[in-house]
Amino acid sequence: MPSITAPAPSSTSSAASENWRENGFGLYVHWPFCQAKCPYCDFNSHVAHGVDQRRWADAYTAEIRRIGAETQGRVLGSIFFGGGTPSLMDPETVAAVLDAARGSWAWANDIEITLEANPTSVEAGRFRAYREAGVDRVSLGVQALNDADLRRLGRLHDVATAKSALETARSAFDRVSFDLIYARQDQTLEDWRTELTEALAMAEGHLSLYQLTIESGTAFGDRLQRGLLRGLPDEDLGADLYLLTQDLCDAAGLPAYEVSNHSRPGHKSRHNLIYWRSGDYAGIGPGAHGRLTLNGMRLCSEAPRDPASWLRQVETGSAGELPRERLDEAAQWQERLMMGLRLHEGIALAADAHRLDTQALDELVEAGFVEADAGRLRLTSSGRPLLNAVLRRLL
Amino acid sequence: MTDLAHIRNFSIVAHIDHGKSTLADRLIQLTGTVAERDMKEQLLDAMDIERERGITIKANTVRIEYPAKDGHTYVLNLIDTPGHVDFGYEVSRSMQAVEGSLLVVDATQGVEAQTLANVYTAIEADHEIVPVLNKIDLPASEPERVKTQIEDVIGIEAHDAVEISAKTGQGIPDVLEAIVTRLPPPKEGDPDAPLKAMLVDSKYDQYLGVICIVRIIDGTLRKGDRIRMMKTGGTYDVDDVGVYRPAMTPVDQLGPGEIGYLNASIKQVRDTRVGDTITHERRQCAQPLPGFKPSVPVVFCGLFPVDANDFEDLRDAIEKLALNDASFTYEMETSAALGFGFRCGFLGLLHLEVVRDRLEREYDIDLITTAPSVVYRIHMRDGSVQELHNPADMPDLTHVDHIEEPRIKATILVPDEYLGDVLKLCQERRGIQLDLTYAGTRAMVVYDLPLNEVVFDFYDRLKSVTKGYASFDYQMIGYRQDYLVKMSILVNDEPVDALSMMVHRDRAEGRGRQMCEKLKELIPRHMFKIPIQAAIGGRVIARETLSAMRKDVTAKCYGGDVTRKKKLLEKQKAGKKRMRQFGKVEIPQEAFINALKMDS
Ligand SMILES: Nc1nc2c(ncn2[C@@H]2O[C@H](COP(=O)(O)OP(=O)(O)OP(=O)(O)O)[C@@H](O)[C@H]2O)c(=O)[nH]1
Ligand SMILES: C[S@@+](CC[C@H](N)C(=O)[O-])C[C@H]1O[C@@H](n2cnc3c(N)ncnc32)[C@H](O)[C@@H]1O
Ligand code: SF4
Ligand SMILES: [Mg+2]
Repeated sequence: MPSITAPAPSSTSSAASENWRENGFGLYVHWPFCQAKCPYCDFNSHVAHGVDQRRWADAYTAEIRRIGAETQGRVLGSIFFGGGTPSLMDPETVAAVLDAARGSWAWANDIEITLEANPTSVEAGRFRAYREAGVDRVSLGVQALNDADLRRLGRLHDVATAKSALETARSAFDRVSFDLIYARQDQTLEDWRTELTEALAMAEGHLSLYQLTIESGTAFGDRLQRGLLRGLPDEDLGADLYLLTQDLCDAAGLPAYEVSNHSRPGHKSRHNLIYWRSGDYAGIGPGAHGRLTLNGMRLCSEAPRDPASWLRQVETGSAGELPRERLDEAAQWQERLMMGLRLHEGIALAADAHRLDTQALDELVEAGFVEADAGRLRLTSSGRPLLNAVLRRLL
Repeated sequence: MTDLAHIRNFSIVAHIDHGKSTLADRLIQLTGTVAERDMKEQLLDAMDIERERGITIKANTVRIEYPAKDGHTYVLNLIDTPGHVDFGYEVSRSMQAVEGSLLVVDATQGVEAQTLANVYTAIEADHEIVPVLNKIDLPASEPERVKTQIEDVIGIEAHDAVEISAKTGQGIPDVLEAIVTRLPPPKEGDPDAPLKAMLVDSKYDQYLGVICIVRIIDGTLRKGDRIRMMKTGGTYDVDDVGVYRPAMTPVDQLGPGEIGYLNASIKQVRDTRVGDTITHERRQCAQPLPGFKPSVPVVFCGLFPVDANDFEDLRDAIEKLALNDASFTYEMETSAALGFGFRCGFLGLLHLEVVRDRLEREYDIDLITTAPSVVYRIHMRDGSVQELHNPADMPDLTHVDHIEEPRIKATILVPDEYLGDVLKLCQERRGIQLDLTYAGTRAMVVYDLPLNEVVFDFYDRLKSVTKGYASFDYQMIGYRQDYLVKMSILVNDEPVDALSMMVHRDRAEGRGRQMCEKLKELIPRHMFKIPIQAAIGGRVIARETLSAMRKDVTAKCYGGDVTRKKKLLEKQKAGKKRMRQFGKVEIPQEAFINALKMDS
């Protein structure tokens, strides 16, 4: 893949350059700081004290202006503050980012503005100010509804605090979602049934349910390697936990629309749909990734991961990005398949249908893992838990 | 050229891990052969596999110079040898090139099976033997007890054994003195006689081509000479002669009694045969040397390239590797499922694994290894006898009269408290007890065992039942008829030739069950369930089912994860390259050997 620093000028408009209209255009803002590092987390998050929020607000503003200039005329459909822990941002910092975004793009009438929040009391105290700055949706990292497990996950909150943060959030925002991590150490099917039932009673429009993933380079990853992380579910229990999750959520009216995301009708996360539908998104902040279709080329952007280097780079007037890479047609197709098949709606098969290995597809359809009809390709309920295996066959 | 009287050539031999290579380090160090900053532990174990496994695989020659107490400086050529049974051919060949041996015995362990085996080989080679007791720095060492043991068990004089610690360097000066005073110089050699040199070893160097390691018996070898290999008939111009210190160091000439290398731009790898006699093209010696006893491979398996297009590369790699390993044999083979490859013979399973690893690493070829097998003799109804190297080639049973299998005589030394476990293991493996004697608190057990019950995992099992305290050596003793059958393995209802094996009928059900269970662990889950069966003829004797994969999905995947996830998928797909497709099933290449390693 050739690596290029600036998009070559070319006469406009191919199908691809209109991609952002069809599949959306969003802005992702990465806040890389947390109060403490959780042992399972491999996000670009760092524990830091005395962050000078003014400097960060200025740097975000500069970055938004820079990318805004490249994407003039687009309509912004979503903004997402992710982390790290964005609920550690001063409401003024959030407001500055939103001002900059308002200056750079026209906003869709129904723009969605989400902020990821940790459910501690300190943070809940800022919810109303975020609302006033323009945030209309929060996603709370509740993670577990039992104190022992919260401690094992290295979380700073307990269940009672999380519940009250959820209440505060509900009074401040129209849309509130929360996250749970399951398939934890020593968790039985019955434990999870009880916990999820309780969670479903608390959930409104949206819920994210992730199976615990042990990532290398994290504290859990090291422990697993040394054989000290015991009680993790095996493949069969993992599968049973997943199936139980689908059943309970379906019955509660919050079916999955993506591998780990559940919603009532009309409550899907619009921002995340941009990722899964291979839309365009600008990513700013340390380690943020973006995908932009410019001059008929689909480009990947990535920012330096280290917060201090990113800040320095932006403050000295350079772009807060590494050299962009161009995705060729085959790579675009690969990403579309990888991301799109996570959604229950699947992907539309149009001009690129020829890229499918028809023999593999026939076998997968025959085995009941995949459905191809009405111009769409999607996984069946038995195919969904095997997505990676399906992708290995199809790619 | 060095005066014969001031040359000493010797091999360092011992049971595995008794400290040969560490002693070689100290000898190299004390004589200042290698600069202090270039020293590292087991300097001569230069191959990656040697360093990873912490054992010597190849014998190595080094020339060192030692100013002795008698005022003369001696040239010492030492050969560090491997200790593991599977590399015994390296030891016996090395011994042919020298006149004496340092017999290293770990003073905390005492005499072990390879100690005995090495002594017998040394006596056969007419060697003077100097016993060296190593590791006396350890509190558990018992030099006096071990001396008595050497005298009782081996029957050689041990009161003047040199006591050393190869680790701390204690006693090393005494070893050097013992080498010059107790080992003999080379027997006569005439520098002016026609050249007679022994091709001791060879190797392929990517830049220099074939390098020959030679021991000069008579005559003088110089750069520019035109030489002839007496057996293969090839003639070459010598570009270079030199010695290992241990780096290749050119010298003007090599004379009688000396050991060194020659490089003659030999391109035809096949023209180089260890044991051959090298002479001058113009003035040939009258009588070639007797050569080496050929090695007798006991385990066979097929090696096939994972990618069929790599066959020619594999051929080239095997020929080059064989230069450096005279104990492995190969011939071309074809298989319905695996295409073109080679059927190779080895001295044991470790040897097999080492050769396979070296081919993969040094020549960058991914290999499939089929289930190893010993050689059976098939007596046909018409009176003819066929050698069966590959169970897949088993002839139609209606034409077979009876089958014979190779048997070995195994010698096991074991502390009393584990004797019962060892006897039980030998009985389970269809052994017949031949002898049981005691030397101190250790028992020496001699068993007649079928080779196929031993080669795959006997050594591992022995180590585990005796917590590493037993040692083991074996020799082939001949063939014996038994009730043997071919067991086929069916994966997803298709027979996989590369997994079929010969078994004793009484052990078939057990082996079949273990094999199916093992394969169930070794084959990764697929998107469908896979029956795994063992069968004799058409009759299924064992069956397991590998369940279908139930979950393989990434929980979180957002905008920032795409790139990483793409890389992960690519890595997984690369992992598939190390698998071989059988029908719809992918079998990892390690499965073919690992399935044979049994837990009981
Ligand atoms: N304490 C102590 N350890 C020693 C001594 N000599 C060798 N060792 C250790 O024993 C182990 C085996 O030493 P090696 O020199 O590799 O033994 P080897 O006989 O060459 O082994 P193979 O070539 O595999 O047969 C190593 O861990 C050495 O560090 C010694 O005198 N004292
Ligand atoms: C960007 S992260 C964290 C957001 C926020 N800082 C928090 O911790 O609540 C978003 C979500 O991913 C999930 N997550 C993070 N690491 C995970 C892992 N190793 N396995 C499963 N889920 C994980 C958690 O549910 C988390 O809330
Ligand atoms: S899980 Fe959330 S709070 Fe914990 S370290 Fe990661 S980003 Fe920070
Ligand atoms: Mg060694």
